[in-house]
Amino acid sequence: MKKFGSLLATTMLASVLATGAYAKTLVYCSEGSPEGFDPGLYTSGTTFDASSKTVYNRLVEFKIGTTETQPGLAESYEVSEDGTEYTFHLRPGVKFHSTDFFTPSRDLNADDVIFSFERQMDAENPYNSYVEGASWEYFNAMSMPDLIESIDKVDDMTVKFKLKRAEAPFLANLAMDFASIMSKEYADKLVEAGSESDLNQKPVGTGPFQFVAYQPDAVIRYKANPDYWAGKEAIDDLVFAITTDASVRQQKLTVGECHVMPYPNPADIQALKDDDSIEVMQQEGLNIGYLAYNATIAPFDKVEVRKALNMAINKKAILDAVYQGAGEIAKNPIPPTMWSYNDSIEDDPYDPEAAKKMLEDAGVSNLSMKIWAMPVQRPYNPNARRMAELMQEDFAKIGVTVEIVSYEWGEYLEKSKAVDRDGAVLIGWTGDNGDPDNFLAVRLGCDAVGGSNHAQWCNKEFNDLIMKAKTGTQEERTKLYEQAQVVFKREAPWATIAHSVVYMPMSNKVSGYKMDPLGGHWFTGVDISE
Amino acid sequence: MLRFLLQKLGLLIPTFIGVSIIAFAFIRLLPGDPITLLAGERGVSAERYEQLQATYGFDKPIVVQYFDYLGNILQGDFGTSIVTKRPVLEEFMTLFPATLELSICAIILATAIGIPAGIFAAVRRGSFFDQSIMGVALVGYSMPIFWWGLLLIILFSGILQWTPVSGRISLLYFFQPVTGFMLIDSLLSGQAGAFKSAVSHLILPTVVLATIPLAVIARQTRSAMLEVLSEDYVRTARSKGLAPMRVIGLHALRNALIPVVTTIGLQVGVLLAGAILTETIFSWPGIGKWMVDSVFKRDYSVVQGGLLLIAGMIMLVNLVVDLVYGLINPRIRR
Amino acid sequence: MTDTSQIVEEDLEHLEETVGPARRGRLSEFWYYFSQNKGAVIGLVVFTIVVLVAVFAPLIAPHNPSIQNRDAFLVPPFWMEGGNSAYVLGTDAVGRDILSRLIFGARFSLFIGLFVVVLAMSVGILVGLIAGYARGWVDTVIMRIMDVILAFPSLLLALVLVAILGPGLLNAMVAIALVLQPHFVRLTRASVMAERTREYVISSRVAGAGVFRLMFITILPNCMAPLIVQATLSFSNAILDAAALGFLGMGAQPPTPEWGTMLAEAREFILRAWWVVTFPGLAILVTVLAINLMGDGMRDALDPRLKKS
Repeated sequence: MKKFGSLLATTMLASVLATGAYAKTLVYCSEGSPEGFDPGLYTSGTTFDASSKTVYNRLVEFKIGTTETQPGLAESYEVSEDGTEYTFHLRPGVKFHSTDFFTPSRDLNADDVIFSFERQMDAENPYNSYVEGASWEYFNAMSMPDLIESIDKVDDMTVKFKLKRAEAPFLANLAMDFASIMSKEYADKLVEAGSESDLNQKPVGTGPFQFVAYQPDAVIRYKANPDYWAGKEAIDDLVFAITTDASVRQQKLTVGECHVMPYPNPADIQALKDDDSIEVMQQEGLNIGYLAYNATIAPFDKVEVRKALNMAINKKAILDAVYQGAGEIAKNPIPPTMWSYNDSIEDDPYDPEAAKKMLEDAGVSNLSMKIWAMPVQRPYNPNARRMAELMQEDFAKIGVTVEIVSYEWGEYLEKSKAVDRDGAVLIGWTGDNGDPDNFLAVRLGCDAVGGSNHAQWCNKEFNDLIMKAKTGTQEERTKLYEQAQVVFKREAPWATIAHSVVYMPMSNKVSGYKMDPLGGHWFTGVDISE
Repeated sequence: MLRFLLQKLGLLIPTFIGVSIIAFAFIRLLPGDPITLLAGERGVSAERYEQLQATYGFDKPIVVQYFDYLGNILQGDFGTSIVTKRPVLEEFMTLFPATLELSICAIILATAIGIPAGIFAAVRRGSFFDQSIMGVALVGYSMPIFWWGLLLIILFSGILQWTPVSGRISLLYFFQPVTGFMLIDSLLSGQAGAFKSAVSHLILPTVVLATIPLAVIARQTRSAMLEVLSEDYVRTARSKGLAPMRVIGLHALRNALIPVVTTIGLQVGVLLAGAILTETIFSWPGIGKWMVDSVFKRDYSVVQGGLLLIAGMIMLVNLVVDLVYGLINPRIRR
Repeated sequence: MTDTSQIVEEDLEHLEETVGPARRGRLSEFWYYFSQNKGAVIGLVVFTIVVLVAVFAPLIAPHNPSIQNRDAFLVPPFWMEGGNSAYVLGTDAVGRDILSRLIFGARFSLFIGLFVVVLAMSVGILVGLIAGYARGWVDTVIMRIMDVILAFPSLLLALVLVAILGPGLLNAMVAIALVLQPHFVRLTRASVMAERTREYVISSRVAGAGVFRLMFITILPNCMAPLIVQATLSFSNAILDAAALGFLGMGAQPPTPEWGTMLAEAREFILRAWWVVTFPGLAILVTVLAINLMGDGMRDALDPRLKKS
């Protein structure tokens, strides 16, 4: 290993001598190829890391390391009294990247902002279907077409969004990857040249890094944007070395071929921690894996029954066997990295005896039920089948017989939504925009019954709280959500199992890296020492 | 000759149609549909579902879909990746040079060692050399190459640290691809050390991929050579006192090579199957890895298009091999 | 993975013409020539050992193959520093004894080979008999379908099939059988076409034998020699392909102690624990090599051209 490192160092030195000046290069061993470079078209984090998080900016940005928002390309904004009008004042003097394929003639203005959204919502826009099968997944998934009434240019540096209804998570939505701001001038130039698809292959943005080249399945190269509005980054070059295999990523990290790697094998984390030249950061992922009962079907319509089953689950054992250390017990329906997480809530204790008694008191005996186990690995549940088997054992101890069922993934998703579904279903959720609404309303709201509310649970008290929380200041909203979590725990529509834990090993030469609770990988503010 | 060509082509067309039906049917045989799968936990509204069905053309009757598909293929449109939204043919073309470079190197290695080894074994039939060469060839032929690749990585990348773990060239070198062949591009780039780096990345994958073709070629050369050596004219030449090397070189080899050339041609399918494993182990950005990744990402339009392109290519190569064989061996033309 | 059957087929078609219907003393003659080939005998011995190991796995294996010993993660083989004589070949990442897993894995590999060969052979022979006997358009359609299957690299086709059927050992075996069976079809058809015009067939038809009798009782036994050689080859191909699928995560699923699957699980340890990677692959190699040695021996013993020289 050492020899490898020194070999690399010598060759590096040689290239330094050849070019005459030393450039600080950070190599990130990414886990896969980006699908493209237009973040509006895709939904995977791999693509966002390579496009929106490096090349682009948004009107508002997440404060890296939190789920809170801060001004981005919009220096400031105002929200109307009724919450349906958002006016954004753009930051003056923001430059788009000058690359060997495009030289901008003007700074960022309102046209760019309008173009960036119009291409996703207006079928007449030349970019609405510029690649085959363009379906603007996230824009639609976040209900933007139903929400946005109009987007108007007030003046060159001011844009106004009119909404059909008040929606507090709207700001957080605008900080999401699909809302990245692109250059209209560049897009127009591509239309003229008849090469629209380049918008998705050779991106031009305002972000901290500018795109240099991409060799499919091998490497993406960026360099620091010299004119970045927030100041040039400390590193000069950023390289994504695409390495799909986790053990190969790890080898490359240990020999110094790359400096940061995502998604290590859980089994290797200890070895990485033991390596002095490597630092391992960790954080809970923005997700939750849970067992959703069907609250419309007897006897699971009784709170006591659901509660009793929750008390029978040995979450500790599940964490060891299924997550193998890369997880943390969940007590709330939202992860602890999210604002408004109510830490004062007590989890249901693991107590099979009490659970058994509770079932008897509820008049339920000889209960038999189905547990649905999904056939695929998900970030929030690495092995649903194994989890179901452990639950089967746990429930047997309180006299409940469990039959485990499974379907092909597409079918599973479809069938598990049915209101009259027989059995409790293992499922989970990964957050999009860091807003609690994105968990509580999407997965537990009355509107989502028969859809993504797998518990088919509609509780008036809970629903009123989350509906009320759709408007107002963050402080007011936090209180409502904290209360909603209390109701959730009392009513127990789910057995909350775990939040996965995300690990991020990196060379100890790297400084300033912050883990993103939303699961992205940012290189803004990162430096590397020799 | 023309008749022979037409006859071969006549056989090819129904096969190609069959191949296209199979490739098309795969995407339709899937349990669950791609739209639901893409939407994941979020689900998709009925309205949006219909919209997406129309976008992908899933709403038309299946026969119509097939003929649309066939029509598109004939115009060179192999569909668009569900995941990357890029044309399948375009992805194939960007990644194919990597596979081609690796395969060419492997076949050169296999031929360069396999033919002399086979000849040598045949000439010294029954000797210790013959037995050891054939023994090694049988081991190579029985090799699980994915394990063989791992062993070589352990030895050369891990313990000896002579070769890099994966990829095509060190990240330190950067130049725009011209030919897509890293060996040539690295020379064209003029960057010191780039060529050496490309070679060092290529060695292990080439050895792994060449293993089975090498064994097959050595065995085939030996048996073809044995057959020719036992034929009368060679024996006559020998008895006339012609020098053994001359006999082997001039008479026997030329005739023995005919079936060997065919064997080499038929190794294309083997190479592509081997490329699936080799590229996966060495993170080699070629079409084998592309297919495996697409299977795992459930990008069925890539799987569909890729299957068709790969099968088409194998059929084409086999046709060429047939024609070459027909040219050098007029007897089979009839 | 290996696709040499094409060459073999040509050889066999040719040999089938020369092997007459005389069956007397064939077995002893076969054994005589087979035993002349040292490699084949070694292969047979090794293969027999593998079979015995598989059959008596529960008696031989020192540990339960799926029990995880949480105090013994990645213990090296006993002769190395830190090794433990309780775990002769060491343990894997979750503390399971590698030797025991290999021993139980032999059962899977042999079962895979057997299952695939039986399935591919019985379907292949049936279809081949029909094609060869019926001739005409039935034959054309069948052979075109076989061409279509053979136009794909076998591993790729199997991989896609398994992706559609769902990963798992059974589906992997079915997929491999499907991609291997065209070789049996081609072989059977060629033999049947060669045989059907022979005197013994014609006379038996004249004597009033029905189609099925003609196909299965009269013709088939005379085509068996090349089929047996092909079966041996398919056996080793099936083991290799199933292991490759397991390695790609599409075959037997963990924690099944299938050798290819064990390799897939072990991949992340290649630079830290060589034994987890080395032994399962070695087991595959040795088994496949033994079968191929036997196959070579059988071919020599059944091929009269090479016999006497």
